[in-house]
Amino acid sequence: MSNHPEALVQKLSKLAYDLRLDVIRMVYTAGSGHIGGSMSAAEIVTALMFHHLRIDPKQPNWPDRDRFLLSKGHAAPVLYAALAHLGFFSIEELETLRRLDSRLQGHPDRLRTPGVEMTSGFLGHGIAIGVGLALAARLDGARWKVCVLVGDGEIQAGVIWEGAMAAAKFKLGNLTTIVDYNHMQLDGPVDEIMPVEPLGDKWRSFGWRVREINGHNMRQILEALDEADQVQDRPSVILAHTTKGKGVSFMEGEHRWHSRAPTKDEYSRAVSELEWKRDNA
Amino acid sequence: MRDAYGEALLEYGTINPNMVVLDADISSSTRTSNFGNRFPKRFFNLGIAEAGMVDVAVGLALGGKVPFVNTFASLLTLRAAEQVRTCVAYARTNVKLMGHHAGLSDSFDGPTHHSVFDLSVMRSMPNMTVIVPTDSVEMRKMVLLVAEYDGPVYMRINREEVPILSDERHEVEIGKGVRLLDGDDITIIGTGIMVSRCLEAAEELAARGISARVLEIHTLKPLDDQMVMAAAQETGALVTAEEHSIIGGLGGAVAELTTARYPVPLERVGIGDTFAESGPYPDLLDRYGMGVTNIVEKAASALSRKR
Repeated sequence: MSNHPEALVQKLSKLAYDLRLDVIRMVYTAGSGHIGGSMSAAEIVTALMFHHLRIDPKQPNWPDRDRFLLSKGHAAPVLYAALAHLGFFSIEELETLRRLDSRLQGHPDRLRTPGVEMTSGFLGHGIAIGVGLALAARLDGARWKVCVLVGDGEIQAGVIWEGAMAAAKFKLGNLTTIVDYNHMQLDGPVDEIMPVEPLGDKWRSFGWRVREINGHNMRQILEALDEADQVQDRPSVILAHTTKGKGVSFMEGEHRWHSRAPTKDEYSRAVSELEWKRDNA
Repeated sequence: MRDAYGEALLEYGTINPNMVVLDADISSSTRTSNFGNRFPKRFFNLGIAEAGMVDVAVGLALGGKVPFVNTFASLLTLRAAEQVRTCVAYARTNVKLMGHHAGLSDSFDGPTHHSVFDLSVMRSMPNMTVIVPTDSVEMRKMVLLVAEYDGPVYMRINREEVPILSDERHEVEIGKGVRLLDGDDITIIGTGIMVSRCLEAAEELAARGISARVLEIHTLKPLDDQMVMAAAQETGALVTAEEHSIIGGLGGAVAELTTARYPVPLERVGIGDTFAESGPYPDLLDRYGMGVTNIVEKAASALSRKR
């Protein structure tokens, strides 16, 4: 497989923790927001936005840019953090999350926020929208690609599978989906609420190329993304096993941290932990 | 109207290479198959997956294409309602939603295939333009206008032949009503297939010495406020007529406007708060409150309440 230098892997791993710190800060300041699902996606979003996808904050409308769809829109805080670090807007603006008049809405809004490709919030839309984008690229003979991040509760929605069928029908090698497989949803573990296993088998039978990885291992993420790009004749899915709330010990694996703002005490404990992990990663 | 629609898509598709067409397994009924045969690379059949189809269209629009999305009006506006609300209306993507077999026009298939509250659903969505062409001539012009219009559009397509009222010189503008007949005693405002019935009703009223103005409203949203207000102020009584529920469609739009600004007696012709049944199209229209006699009766009723 492709050889990513250790320095790059280290840099990106550290950056993921910077994003986590921003997420905690943002949600604490706003008094609401989705921490659990933002934390589980931090490495994935970092790998995509800071390395794998071709995007340019100075040209948000660059026609040949790669498109990232945050279909699990409640992870908006980690997307916003990434966009701020990339320079689409200032880090200070992150404090305005969910405030009146803010450009940073509770869920991604393509009309208000620079760098957001598509509005999301209610779940299930990203794959079919990704299909449409991938078809548009193909019609234009363009080389840009589409990457969609979905949640594991989200894939309970029927329209996800409508999109999956269509992607296979149209042989969309330029479409990659990543499942942030943190095994938790709002009401409890996915296995209890509505089991989705055998998940790899499902995607395979729908005609997708499947790869399972540790979603917090930066090297595995980078390699899986490169590999997905090589697959030309069908869409690819990466099942990224993650931990909801990853990075803060008392949040990890806890479904109640899906959408709960931390208390002052929880906030400072979380920040200490994250800073330590970032500096000692 | 669907044959003319199929041709209209082909015509526009020939001049704009960015136009794409989507269907959900009914392309032979909607006549989008014509486009599909001529431009196979720009035609996407999603199978029986209407919600997914709308989202695919959204992606195509984000990618710079002009997608025309085709399926039954009630599936488009009910099954795919959240896709339409979130990804078309709220995100303001340039998607053109074509609601086929609208009203009772798929008459024999029965109420599951009818669509009599699609207009109220679409009208209540911000950023949505809602159009009901009166006939095939107008529809063909609308396809071009809708394609070139920047923003979400919902347009009804009738399954059957509709009386032709317009000629080629008829100028069509999105949002502009058309005054078909002058009159002073009352105004009858119609949309779609009901427009020709409104004209028939006006003739009957004329025979009784009543001078009825007839307006054709093809754009329910944005409504031609000026034309409707002028009618309220100048004639003092209104009747609306649509192939749709009396809840929330054209009647609703006119009621919302006039009760706020210039209340006059208003009667709404349409299907009541009920589902219809299987049967021949004209019979269903007559049985479910959309006959010419219904328009005449409602006009008389509105007139009797005029102050």
